[in-house]
Amino acid sequence: MESTQSKPGPLCNPEGSQRTLYPYVTGTSVVALKYKDGILMAADMGGSYGSTLRYKSVERMKPIGKHSLLGASGEISDFQELLRYLDELVLYDNMWDDGNSLGPKEVHNYLTRVMYNRRNKFNPLWNSLVLGGVKNGQKYLGMVSMIGVNFEDNHVATGFGNHLARPILRDEWHENLTFEEAVKLLEKCMRVLLYRDRSAVNKLQIAKITEEGVTISQPYSLKTFWGFSAFENPTLGAEGSW
Amino acid sequence: MSQVAVDVPKGGFSFDLCRRNDMLAKKGVQQPSYRKTGTTIVGLIFQDGVILGADTRATEGPIVCDKNCEKIHYMAPNIYCCGAGTAADTEAVTDMVSSQLQLHRYHTGRESRVVTALTLLKKHLFNYQGHVSAALVLGGVDVTGPHLHTIYPHGSTDTLPFATMGSGSLAAMAMFESKYKEGMTRDEGIKLVTEAICSGIFNDLGSGSNVDVCVITKGHKEYLRNHLVPTPRTYVSAEGYKFTKKTEVLFTKITPLTEKVVVLEGGDAMEE
Repeated sequence: MESTQSKPGPLCNPEGSQRTLYPYVTGTSVVALKYKDGILMAADMGGSYGSTLRYKSVERMKPIGKHSLLGASGEISDFQELLRYLDELVLYDNMWDDGNSLGPKEVHNYLTRVMYNRRNKFNPLWNSLVLGGVKNGQKYLGMVSMIGVNFEDNHVATGFGNHLARPILRDEWHENLTFEEAVKLLEKCMRVLLYRDRSAVNKLQIAKITEEGVTISQPYSLKTFWGFSAFENPTLGAEGSW
Repeated sequence: MSQVAVDVPKGGFSFDLCRRNDMLAKKGVQQPSYRKTGTTIVGLIFQDGVILGADTRATEGPIVCDKNCEKIHYMAPNIYCCGAGTAADTEAVTDMVSSQLQLHRYHTGRESRVVTALTLLKKHLFNYQGHVSAALVLGGVDVTGPHLHTIYPHGSTDTLPFATMGSGSLAAMAMFESKYKEGMTRDEGIKLVTEAICSGIFNDLGSGSNVDVCVITKGHKEYLRNHLVPTPRTYVSAEGYKFTKKTEVLFTKITPLTEKVVVLEGGDAMEE
């Protein structure tokens, strides 16, 4: 079959393109929820290079300005690029020196515009971002995907967390969780993700943002349980099978 | 001496029409979609036996074709099997193995074992190399104790304390992984199974409608059809639907139709 087209341009030829085609070093899910005093966000510290667990101390949550906390899953290099954009944004905001500072809603809007514009140029930043913050007593938790889909909700999850953590959060989240209850709920979600997501690592950080500021915990591991009798002796009653 | 070549009937699938189907698909002919049970099916082992659970929605692409189908199939008096995947495949394969188990019971004079059903199912599915699209959760109690297995369409099996399959398996597994513990009582087990299926019903688009539960213990089984109806149909009016008054009968007249065939009595006798 003869093609009637002339030599295809860079848009049609993926091999010669300078645009992002697939992610290389990726982070897995981020889970976040609103609680009584602010936002709690959890992410593990793994950076996978395809199917290898290449980096085990990647901080995927960073504070932005005075009032926001950004967590990202997906391509780590694109996350670092976004942090540079946000650094510049916060710097210009500080240079106004007018007593005002960017709140989480504003940062969320900026990120949405950046992600959507990159997607329109077929050169996306391959991330799913979670942005949480508190300003003037108002809690805010939102999410932006790599194609620019953005929304605000009481609890969000990216990546595998969509399938594994969302059902738990939908069932058990309620208004005015205390700090301890919220941490327990997040750890429950992270434990299920640890069991069932192949790119999860047992080294996670939990970040808290309240009116006072941001605290990101030291990395720690979750306790897991493997002692079910069916795991210890799966061929009970049927010697030789598996 | 010429030998007659007997055409031995080949078993299995015939892939002769695949090229022609591909050609038609390229031309834009839409292939008929399979009736899939986009599903949530679960099983867990509790202290006295096994509890199986399933939702009741069967889908044909984007349409719900059966709002209340049965996904927990009978295999033996002490063994039941939940099926996900193509509905025809799960029904056919569980029916077939159920008959084979019955014949085996007559042959041996003993109660069927879960591993027997497991081996028969996995043999059949492996033989068809994954083309029989049936993903099953098999559970039962026999002389050796309670057993729970999952069987994948390509024929691999797992022995597990709790299992989920189907499109809603991740939502249901999230519930199980966070709440399962060994040695649960019957009520705790039914509650957890119901929670897991409801998680699938509400968070997965391929699952919906009601929750079926089956409890199997030593020497006894309980099939709780529509154990929970979390999305009941609510009527607009509080009293339900009121039918209008019946038509009044004013006048009755019965006219018998004339017979078409005229029977002659005492006609010509039949020829010998």
